Amino acid sequence: MIAATAPHIDVEALSPLLALTGGGLIVLLVGLLRPRVVREVLVPLLSLVALGAALGLSIWQWDTDTEIIAGALRVDTFALAFTGLVVISAMVTVLLSWRAVAPREAAHGEYYAMVLVSAAGMSVLVQAQNLVSLFIGFELLSIPLYVLCATEMRRASSLEAGLKYLIIGSVGSATLLYGLALIYGATGSTDFATIGESLNTAGGPVRDPLFLTGLALSLVGLAFKASVAPFHQWTPDAYEGAPTPVTAFMATATKVAALGVLIRFFDVALINAQPDWAPALAALATITIVVGNVGAIGQTSLKRLLAWSSVAQAGYILAGIVVGTQHGIEATAFYLAAYLVMNMAAFAVIVARARETGLGDAIQAVEGIGATKPLLAWPMTIAMLGLAGIPGTAGFVGKFFLIDAAVDGDYAWLGIVIVVGSAVSLVYYLKVIAAMWMRPLPRSVPALAGGALDEPPADAPVGPRAAGWEVVLVAVVCGVATIVLGIVPGPVFDLAGDAAASMSHLF
Amino acid sequence: MPLSILIWLPAAVGLVAALLPRSIGPRLAALGTLGALGIAIGLIADYDPSSGLQHVTDETWIADLGIHYKLGLDGLNLFLVALTTLGFAAAAVAANFRTWERSRLFYFHLLLGETAVLGAFLAQDLALFVAFFDLMLIPFYFLAGQWGDGENRVAAVTKLVVYTFVGSLLMLAAAIATGVMSAGDGQEISFALSDLRERTLGEGTQQWLFLLFAAAFLVKMPAFPLHGWMPDGYRAMPIEVLAVFSGVLSKVGAYGFLRIVLPTFPDASAHFQELMLILAVVSILYGSAMAFTTTNARLVVGYSSVAQLGFITLGIFALNDQGAQGALLQMINHGLVVVPLFLIIGLLARRAGSEDLRDMGGIAFRAPVLATLFLIVALATLAMPGSSNFVGEFLILLGVFESKMALAFIASIGIALAAVYGLRLFIRAMHNRVGASVESREIALRDAVVLVPLVAVILFFAVYPQLALSRGEDSVVSTIAPAVEVTR
Repeated sequence: MIAATAPHIDVEALSPLLALTGGGLIVLLVGLLRPRVVREVLVPLLSLVALGAALGLSIWQWDTDTEIIAGALRVDTFALAFTGLVVISAMVTVLLSWRAVAPREAAHGEYYAMVLVSAAGMSVLVQAQNLVSLFIGFELLSIPLYVLCATEMRRASSLEAGLKYLIIGSVGSATLLYGLALIYGATGSTDFATIGESLNTAGGPVRDPLFLTGLALSLVGLAFKASVAPFHQWTPDAYEGAPTPVTAFMATATKVAALGVLIRFFDVALINAQPDWAPALAALATITIVVGNVGAIGQTSLKRLLAWSSVAQAGYILAGIVVGTQHGIEATAFYLAAYLVMNMAAFAVIVARARETGLGDAIQAVEGIGATKPLLAWPMTIAMLGLAGIPGTAGFVGKFFLIDAAVDGDYAWLGIVIVVGSAVSLVYYLKVIAAMWMRPLPRSVPALAGGALDEPPADAPVGPRAAGWEVVLVAVVCGVATIVLGIVPGPVFDLAGDAAASMSHLF
Repeated sequence: MPLSILIWLPAAVGLVAALLPRSIGPRLAALGTLGALGIAIGLIADYDPSSGLQHVTDETWIADLGIHYKLGLDGLNLFLVALTTLGFAAAAVAANFRTWERSRLFYFHLLLGETAVLGAFLAQDLALFVAFFDLMLIPFYFLAGQWGDGENRVAAVTKLVVYTFVGSLLMLAAAIATGVMSAGDGQEISFALSDLRERTLGEGTQQWLFLLFAAAFLVKMPAFPLHGWMPDGYRAMPIEVLAVFSGVLSKVGAYGFLRIVLPTFPDASAHFQELMLILAVVSILYGSAMAFTTTNARLVVGYSSVAQLGFITLGIFALNDQGAQGALLQMINHGLVVVPLFLIIGLLARRAGSEDLRDMGGIAFRAPVLATLFLIVALATLAMPGSSNFVGEFLILLGVFESKMALAFIASIGIALAAVYGLRLFIRAMHNRVGASVESREIALRDAVVLVPLVAVILFFAVYPQLALSRGEDSVVSTIAPAVEVTR
């Protein structure tokens, strides 16, 4: 008789991921039922339950530090913290999507299932401990997003965004895969820890052109996903064309996952080659900050503006990764949390105003709302001030932290680049604030369509309608969170500190 | 604890006032500023000149970054705090006599601004100072953008904010670098000013940090050549707001040099002494020349402020006790004259229908009380002997004569020029031929309620400048001591 030992499966550590994938399957199946109420209410509700479960399980597992699936994934506080951010972002996305056009066009079940699966991919990505699982996570997050971008099937720009994202994303994936293959070739292993060790040995592959090429190619592949300049060109078009809730998801969750994996990849696997990649990454950060901020000036579509701003913000966050210290990772994690709430507040307002005015995401849609819609105007104002880094908001503390980490890691000049970028960014953030508070409400609302709304209004699937309480709620909660994080950052700092502490090999 | 109450009282009142009915909110806001003024007067009465930093509050704010919520009062900020509360009280009361669209929001922003300025003056932690310094601009952005004058106000005030923020954010980076780099091995990072003073940095490091701080403070003042935002920005603001913006906020820049730059970067301060003095002299000459050529009454005062802040910078970078004491006194004096001066210009503009000096003239005809008040303020502005401004400028020049004789001679020209633009402003507005659409009216009781106390304070200080000088002396001397040491 052959003694068969079943492979040990650490279900507990795997549970957040299981909640996401399982939730995705259930939502997909339930979405097939006929009754409207099931598809329009129960499906989003189930998605929220699945995400809530994933969040709860992540919190439950908070102190674990273990490798699962034969070392393919690592569940530690870092992975759980980043998974938590992704899940929160997905929850907000579900709320913003609830009464949106996109899920209706894409048969509700499929839409929400793709959001969940994409979140699962992001969770795999930030847990990746192996080149193969990294790539699997990368694709699992990307493919649903390509589809989600194109879900407003009757709007040409949505299809265009999906196609563009698919093509450029595939180029990025191919580049990444090539790079990973070369790294494997140079180091002889796909496991992060082994790669790290082999780089540490004298005469190891650190100076090997094969390895350096692989390093460069994989950096480019990941930079595509994180919209780091000069690999950001798809960002404004894809963000603008995609349905706004999907844009919000891409701008926040994808950024969290992409930067999370950059930390895993560079600050874990390749930390011993830090002198090689840090200057390159610092240069990329500088370019990204400049390009993002300059690109955002002059945008009249709020989504495009936020797209460029997200490019610039990615540049700021890279500073925390460049220095390769625990302090830097802590700063990155905190800034990502701040970035998430600030952006979600802004996107919720965009969704609300697009529904109320039928002007799409043109800046005219928010004109004059300071006098009439304080519940939307204040969150947007706080979000813009926060993104610009004004004291009293999460953005200020986050930037303070990032600059602190940069100076601490002997990259003081990068700190100066960050502040100069922030100063430039005020030009376009203040433009949004000025539109809300210092311009009158436009008179005849829907007839004014122009600017960002690039198809005739007749083509728009629905006219002006109520914003929906859940969207206003998201805006208000995220706005308040931005202020609270700016005044009492302590608790989130501690969480970020826990996350960074799991990178115990760093200083 | 009293300092925390003082700082947060305006913001809290502003928030409550924003939620109350429109008929009560503005009144409550004005009462809140008067309450802050009362606390400030209490602090002056309670002040003990011999015991250094008082009413110290020191709580950890963000432990991971070593940022403390540390406040303290000494001779350096005592009267600046009082000036702030006085300026904002005057502005809030004066604003109460006008009706504003969405008035509750107006007062909310105004009082939030007061909180930020008080915080900047009282902060004893560099990071906290930077936070308040950056924050104080935002309410003024809203005040000017929403309730300001002129078609291009949004563009003008955006320019103002971006300009000042470039400086402020560079300072943010410099402040973080100061905290991180000054912490030696095994030392916790600290931003407390008292710690930074003891942990000296290398001279090269001090120099680039100095330049970043100087950029922030010079833009804020504004000083030549960083004043580009001033003309448009000043024209865009409602006059009551402009009174505090020019009278109070500009002082934060000068105060920053005294409080932070001189003690923390003594070597760099000595190194760049001549550069700063030359910038100051150029500001004096340029500001004066512009002040007697421009015809917009606001800008006359605006450019005169450039010149006056030049004097203050001059006193600070004389790097000796007289100069610094004169600078501190002059900061208070300038604030005291500029606030009523702008309010008077508001009154004149209502009588002449324009703020252009060419449209004014002959307003004194039926308004002797207004003319008298204006004359007192104008004479104080041009540092008439007998005024407190005279004492301030005298001390400043005395200090500079001791350190850099040649520059002091050139700067003295500024005093003569001040007489030219000060008297020109008064004569062209009040005397001369009556302007085409000028309607000479006596000052109304409600305007007098604001102006008379302000003028009384000016007169009081003219008689008794010792009040500020004696209370400030110890603190000023000990604050600039490191820099004085280096120059010896």
